[in-house]
This record gives sequence, C-alpha cells and structure tokens, in this order.
Amino acid sequence: MIGAEAMVKCLEQEGVKYVFGYPGVAICPFYNSILESDIKTVLVRTEQNAAHAASGFARISDVPGVCAVTSGPGATNIITGIATAYADSIPLVVITGQVKSDLIGSDVFQEADITGAVESFVKYSYLVKDADDLPRIFKEAFHIANTGRKGPVLIDVPIDIQNGVIRNFKYPESVNLRTYKPTVKGNSAQIKKVIKELNKSSKPIICIGGGVQLGQAKDEVLKFAETHGIPMVTTMMGIGTVPSSHKLYFGMVGNNGKPYANKAMNEADVIMMVGARVADRAISQPDLITRDKVLIHIDVDPAEIGKNAVSSIPLVGDCKAVFEELLTQDFDIECGEWIKELERYKKELKPVRKPNKKYVDPEGFINELTTKLKDKAVYIADVGQNQIFSCAHAVIKSNTRFLTSGGMGTMGYSIPAALGAKLADPSRQVVAVCGDGSFQMSMMELATFCQSKVQAKIIVFNNSYLGMVREYQHYTYKDNYSMVSLDGSPNLEKLVSAYDFDYYRLADMKGCSEVIDAFLKDKKNALLEVMIDPMDLVK
Amino acid sequence: MKAKRIYSVTVENRSGVLSKVSGLFSRRSFNIDSLAVGETDDPAVSSMTIVSSGDERTLEQIEKQLNKKLDVIKVKTYGEEQCVSRELMLMKVKYNKSNRAEIMEMCEVMKADIVDMSLHYMMIQICDTPEKIRLMINMFKSISIVEIARTGTLSLSKCNTND
Repeated sequence: MIGAEAMVKCLEQEGVKYVFGYPGVAICPFYNSILESDIKTVLVRTEQNAAHAASGFARISDVPGVCAVTSGPGATNIITGIATAYADSIPLVVITGQVKSDLIGSDVFQEADITGAVESFVKYSYLVKDADDLPRIFKEAFHIANTGRKGPVLIDVPIDIQNGVIRNFKYPESVNLRTYKPTVKGNSAQIKKVIKELNKSSKPIICIGGGVQLGQAKDEVLKFAETHGIPMVTTMMGIGTVPSSHKLYFGMVGNNGKPYANKAMNEADVIMMVGARVADRAISQPDLITRDKVLIHIDVDPAEIGKNAVSSIPLVGDCKAVFEELLTQDFDIECGEWIKELERYKKELKPVRKPNKKYVDPEGFINELTTKLKDKAVYIADVGQNQIFSCAHAVIKSNTRFLTSGGMGTMGYSIPAALGAKLADPSRQVVAVCGDGSFQMSMMELATFCQSKVQAKIIVFNNSYLGMVREYQHYTYKDNYSMVSLDGSPNLEKLVSAYDFDYYRLADMKGCSEVIDAFLKDKKNALLEVMIDPMDLVK
Repeated sequence: MKAKRIYSVTVENRSGVLSKVSGLFSRRSFNIDSLAVGETDDPAVSSMTIVSSGDERTLEQIEKQLNKKLDVIKVKTYGEEQCVSRELMLMKVKYNKSNRAEIMEMCEVMKADIVDMSLHYMMIQICDTPEKIRLMINMFKSISIVEIARTGTLSLSKCNTND
C-alpha cells in the first residue's frame, strides 16, 4: 500500500463521505487513490470555496468537513477559508499536497510553507515526514478538529510520502495525546457558585453564542431557560438556537443587534455567557457591561474566559455537559417582573424602518421568505448588509439552522457553504442569501452545483453597491464614497442562464409572496434577484 | 500595573515548536523579555523559560494561550521571588596594560571567570542572576565591551521546605 491509499483508507475509517477540493501535481497521488473508494469528490472552482463548502457540510452534519488541495497556490488560496472556519470554530480537516520532502525549503515550483503560513488559523497542523505516521496523524487530526473547541486541522503531505510504501497499515482505535485533554465536565465548586448567584438574582439573562450549537447543547440550554423562566439573547453565531417566537427570546445583541437585546444585557444583574467570545461586535465595551454585574462565563476554551471581559465566575466545560448538570440542580429563580420589563423594552425600542416602496424592503422580504421556509430549512447569510438584514429579520423556527461567517466576516461564504450544507443533508431546504458584491466573489461555484448535481437556491440582494461599506462611508465620511460602486456587474439573468439556472426577479414588494413561492417550488437550480434601494441602511 | 512573570514551559521536542510558541507572543502582542530553550533529561521534551511582562490580564492570557498550544505539555508560572533564576553571559572586552588589573579585580568581585585571552582581548564568563548580569554590563561600560552573548534567563521554582 502506498501513502495515498493509506490517506484514503484513513478517511474511510473516519466515515468521510465527501472531499471538497482542487487538484494539482502535488496532490495527484491522493486523487488517484480516491477513485478506488466510495468517497465522493467535489471539484470547486477555487480553493477558498473548498473550505467554505466543507464548513457548510460540517455545520449541518456535525462531523469535520474534509478538503484536499495541491501545494503552493492551492494551499495559499485555501487559507482564507481555513481562517473563516477557525474564527467560527468549525471542524475541518484540510489536506495539502507538498513538494518532495528533500526539496522542501529550496523554493521549487509550487512550494509554499503552508504549515508555517496557517499557524495562527489552525488548531493544529502536521507536516508528514514518514508515510508510516499517516494513520496516527489522521486519527489525531479528526479527533483534534472535532473535540473541545472545534476548529480546522491541516495535514501537509509531501508527494514522495503519498507515493511512499506503507508496510503495515493499521488505523489506531484511540488517540493518545498527552498535551490535549479538553475539559468536559464543569468544576462542581464553580457550579455551586453559579447556583448561588442565580438564586440571588432577580434579573438574570442567558447570552447564547455559537458554542451552544457547536456543542449540541441547544436542547439543554433551552430547557434550562424554560424551566426557570430565564430570558435569552443570542450573539450572531447563536442565531438559530432559539426560535424567534419563543416567549423568553429577546433577539440578537451587539452593534448590529436589537436595541432591546442590548438594553436587556445592560439592565441584567447576572449574565450567563454561554459559548460566546464576548467579541467586539457583540459587546463593544466588555468592561462596562460587566460593571456592577455578575458575569458567569461558560466555555470549553479556558482562554476565552477573561480574554475580553473579566468574569466573576469562570466555568470551563462542554456546554452540553454543564447544562445537563445544571438541569439536575435545584434553583429558586423568580423573574416574572423582569420578563415584563423586557417585554416593555421590546415594545418601546422596536426599530421602525421606513421602506422605499420603489424597491424591495429587505425586512418584509426576509420575513416573508423565512415564514415560507420549512421548519428544517438551512438559511445561509453572506456578509454585508444582507447579513445584518438576515440576522434582524429572519424568522427562526424550531429546527431552522442559520449559518453565516460571523467571526471573520468573509464575503462569498454563503454559496459554497450552501453547496456543502445541501450535500450534508439533501432532505433539507437550503437557501443562500447574498449581496451583489458577495455573489460576485463566489459565482464561479454555480458550475460546481451543476457538476455535482446539487440543487442551488440563491437569493441576491442587488443594490449596486458594497452596501455595508457604503453605509459606513455614509456615516463616517459624509457620503464621500470610495470603491463601493458595483458598476459593471453582469446581467444576472443572462449570467445564470449560461449555467441553465431558472431566474426570478423581484423589483418591489408587489407579488413578493408569489415569486418566493415559485422560486422555492422550482425543482431546478434557481436564482432570485431582489432589487434593494441602493441607499438603504441597516441602521 | 505592569509586572514581570516567568513561564517555565515544557514542550514536545518537535520541529517548529519554537516558532509556534514565539509566534504566539508576536501575534498577540505579548512581550518576550527573554527566551531560553534546551533539552530536558527526556530527549523528547524540551524546556523553555520565557520571561514576560504586562498587566495582570495579559499575563493570565499568556498562560492560557500557551496551554492551548497542542505541543505544550505543561506551563508553570512564577513571580521573580518564587524561583531561582540564572543567566550565563560571555563578554569579550578590549584591555590594555593600565586597566588589566582593574578588570581582573572586577571579575573577582563579581565572581566572573576569564575564559579566553589574547594580547588585546579577553573573554569573561559570568553565570548569575539576571540582576547581577545587568550590573556586570553596567560596570564594564566604562571599559570597552567588544561583544556580548547571553543565554537568557533560566528558572526553576524554589525547593519548597514541604517537598
């Protein structure tokens, strides 16, 4: 057996179904060996999107997404995708081909020091030096990627290792890493403190981050909140955890969040931060918000606790394990008055938009669209105004998944992520919503949908601008626009017809419901272009 | 409040580990006052002594971020008073007839050794606390220092009476 066959065998042992990637000479042995396997390959049109597609796949299937690209430019192109996954703690195993071992360091054709280059964006990386190490390295990589705080792991495999002979292939049953043992169970003394503080509190709030979904702790956290009647808010990455109609839910926090969600955080006396980083866009002044309050910070990554805000009760552990434990404890929490206060804020501070009737109102459109989506739909928002509108107005049902690039804010995420999400569970309805800017960053992937026979449902908010930056320049530079006009963009109807997509267009709110129905019912690949007022603002 | 802290870090002896650890410091804008690396009694394990300074939250983050690195086996941290610290310095100086005796006298006072010598140059070796090393350099500033090489601080926690 050669190294490349061993690599494929390792992936089979891990139950991998899809590999997203792009070939080149340095990864050819691997792509030759995979022909003998049942693992399916998806050829994206640029390497960055292999990582985004694998990310969409991972988030819906709860197993690491796998990509394989070639050395040099293949490897450097995928870095943005890896960094995007790292920022949102998405488990990926990224395989890169590398030049021959004895040529490493001599700057030969398509050589890049990829393990060095991605060091700050991966949980761990390997440069394979001996083909016999492959089974151990793959076993460790999958384990590291998908445990503790999840994240991408990179394996760089020189071509001579892929062609090298392995005498005795044995896939290890367990991993033995003395330096890596993530804490799962919460410390019982800390849990006692949590109980004490919550019992003293009259205004507690749970702030749900992306870690709750990643830790598969949604049911436990919701049950805990419901059992004790504690109100909830979410960060951007936490959207999708709580249904919009939940009577204890008070929206997304942050500078792009709901004013009443931020008010709730300010007024609370105990904040339970669960699987959230307290990042700048969610909590702009962490030291202010925690003054005169108790901050209970629950996270599987000890380094996140105390990084941005000083917590009163740090609680390191897996969200699911911690909340299972909390559910067995007795509490005496009464927040009926607090909920009434929050409901009053919700009424008083509800933002009112004044839509321009000549265009589609993003609020009305997203509301209509998400109301029509099935319970188990996957809504993927890109980055820009479309993302903020989506966060603010998407109706989340009990099993809706809301995916977006929150930490890195990588434009062009939604289309490849939709491809991966649909492959992860073809029975789910998947919709990618992007702007005309982000669409043009990943429109080459329309071909990938066609080639892989994956159904595409893409919605483009067309406002002829890079709207988020234009909005920033509107407020900060008094409408001195620089580099934000998207003049020269293609006619989308003509463009998608080249890929044999059906095309729908919505110029204003007239017929909105019917167009959405037709678009969603369409059995073919379809793109819906929605005309947005170029001067529309998210705030 | 800026404070000094010493991190005694044991790491897997693999290629690239030093750059991963030092890269972590530069990437997150942590200071490195000194860094010393060497093998331990187990050839698979290396020991790093890193001296850093910063406010309390930064110093705590350094420890947590070091612990997060998968090649890091153990991180121990101490304040300066909790450990024994030593540094080795080699210093080449230019001498002449008139100051040779003075130099030798200074070496004696500082418990430094002269380990190499030529007609005009001598090399002095001193192994002492970082504070003494600084003092030594200051003392020799009036004499002409040609070159200096330092190991950086090495530290181990003090032998506790209860151990």
